[in-house]
Amino acid sequence: MTTTKTFIYDGSFNGFLTAVFAGFEQKLPFADIQKERLAQNGLFSETETIFTNIELAKRVWNGIKNRSNIAIKNIYFSFLSGERNMEPLLYQYIRKIMGSKYVASDFSDACILKISQTAQKVHREKHRMEAFVRFQLTKDGIYFANIEPDFDVLPLISKHFKERYADQPWIIYDLKRNYGLYYDLHGVEIITMDLSNGFGNSIQKSAAMTNEEYDYQDLWNNYFKSTNIKSRINKKLHTQHIPKRYWKYLSEKKEAV
Amino acid sequence: MDFNRIKEKLNILADAAKYDVSCSSSGSNRKNTNKGLGNASNGICHSYSEDGRCISLLKILLTNHCIYDCAYCVTRKSNDIKRAAFKIQEVVDLTINFYRRNYIEGLFLSSGIFKDPDYTMERLIAVAKKLRLEENFNGYIHLKSIPGASDELMYEAGLYADRLSVNIEIPTVSGLKLLAPDKKHEDFAKPMLKVKNEIIRFKEERKLLKSTPKYAPAGQSTQMIVGATGESDKDVMYSATHFYKNFHMKRVYYSGYVPVSNDSRLPSIGTQVPMLRENRLYQTDWLLRFYGFSVQELLNAEYPNLDMDVDPKLSWALRNLQHFPVDVNKAEMSVLARIPGVGMTSVHKIMKARKFRKLDWDHLKKMGVALNRAKYFILCDSRHWERRDLDPQRIKGLILSTSYGKYRPQYSNQLSLFN
Repeated sequence: MTTTKTFIYDGSFNGFLTAVFAGFEQKLPFADIQKERLAQNGLFSETETIFTNIELAKRVWNGIKNRSNIAIKNIYFSFLSGERNMEPLLYQYIRKIMGSKYVASDFSDACILKISQTAQKVHREKHRMEAFVRFQLTKDGIYFANIEPDFDVLPLISKHFKERYADQPWIIYDLKRNYGLYYDLHGVEIITMDLSNGFGNSIQKSAAMTNEEYDYQDLWNNYFKSTNIKSRINKKLHTQHIPKRYWKYLSEKKEAV
Repeated sequence: MDFNRIKEKLNILADAAKYDVSCSSSGSNRKNTNKGLGNASNGICHSYSEDGRCISLLKILLTNHCIYDCAYCVTRKSNDIKRAAFKIQEVVDLTINFYRRNYIEGLFLSSGIFKDPDYTMERLIAVAKKLRLEENFNGYIHLKSIPGASDELMYEAGLYADRLSVNIEIPTVSGLKLLAPDKKHEDFAKPMLKVKNEIIRFKEERKLLKSTPKYAPAGQSTQMIVGATGESDKDVMYSATHFYKNFHMKRVYYSGYVPVSNDSRLPSIGTQVPMLRENRLYQTDWLLRFYGFSVQELLNAEYPNLDMDVDPKLSWALRNLQHFPVDVNKAEMSVLARIPGVGMTSVHKIMKARKFRKLDWDHLKKMGVALNRAKYFILCDSRHWERRDLDPQRIKGLILSTSYGKYRPQYSNQLSLFN
């Protein structure tokens, strides 16, 4: 029976990288890295608490980056998936990457394939959020949007929206994780607010939004219907492209929710 | 802004524009400059209509008044429908406000022809010019070129638009004569040729002078209606190849004819849209552009039409069994790309993965290869391959019995008992 070591970290990406550093330093072939609040010790494993250290995290980051840019992206995206037991798998992945140069493309390896597929799933949701964010114009002149993505994609979409909407202040708020991004025409900062329900696409109008906002939502809703070709209807394909979980924030889907 | 009036116009003019297939917003490279609004380099589909097609651009006509009477077109002069026209500023406001809310990637503006081609083209250009110069808008703009528009206007259009397109509509010259007697084949070709030449010229100048403005950076595209004039798949794809080659088209779209007119020259209203055929044509188009096939291999005098029950690559492979089986651990990339059930993504994965170890069935399956089709055509690191000497008919039968295509109900011979 092999005993493994459990590292407990604070849940941040830098914390995770610090734990990876500790694992490498102790030359562990396997490391069970777990978030503080979810941690469960194995019966025979030893536990160590990791204190996030930016310097060490950076060393790990740069080390991987020197090996492969694809790996760096795959690691960060998979980490943001927040899937259970992702960290030990990532540890294994990083060990492989550091071991040989071209390994990030070895899709015949189960671990490599799994990480690259997880990264792909997160990437898909990032792309969907770039598509399905619907801004509503508030009376304060801020374009506001709620989202509830499966994965924590706000850090990944920040740049896209900053570049695209450079001349309008906007907020994108993740109701599931209770934090958001606020762009004030200069830079993007992280904010938290007290939002109980958020602003969906309900027929109920909110006093926070301009009247014109609802006129444009109506126009868009109408456009959505006019552009449909009835003799080609294909609802299955439709829901495949826009999964129902996104509908409640889409202004073109008002009646459906 | 009178929202009720705008709503009415939008309904009419979006409804009339929806038969234009193109909604692509990729292939450009316009950046957000001077803290303006938007960029066009991503190609995002923001929504999908209930017919399953992507909505990426606000696709509308400037007007559905038209001096022509093309039989296949809803907007034709003789059709008794409500007519409307947008003011230039109205289109600009709609585009900007939709864009700011992240509904769209930009504008697709087409038009019925009022008065004459140049008069109409000038107004389309005015919208694009206003968006770019007054609103500092960097989102995607696709302008429809009006057949017969002058060279000067085509030149100007390319300065503001990301993509230009003229719909050829009918794949054969004789079909065009029959259904659009007012239009001449040369009227389509002339603006295409002008745009092609300008794109080449601007590219050359850009090599010398970095500050050369962009000219139609996403290139040009065209569209053909299929199933309206009894043309063969060979006619359609040979015509498409002609446009790819001679006009440097970025895309050719195929639009299964949606009956919109009671005209004895056309399929009657209520005839089913040939969606499966459309799908097969797109698959063929992909094989030509990305898989290294030549059009003569797929369609020729002996096979003028595509096989409806299997995809064109599989159909080709069944006719050319002498090229198989292919060893996935040894074959060149171009050979891998010809295996049925193996897409380009899998080809790249195979090329990379086989550097590390020999690939077996399990590896291929996990990478996403469609083994139900591929297994009859490949060898891999396993003693278990399909050794039986099967003839094409038998292979086709085995594949069809294990697959369930999305269009199957449309061509199944089996009658459904409870429908």
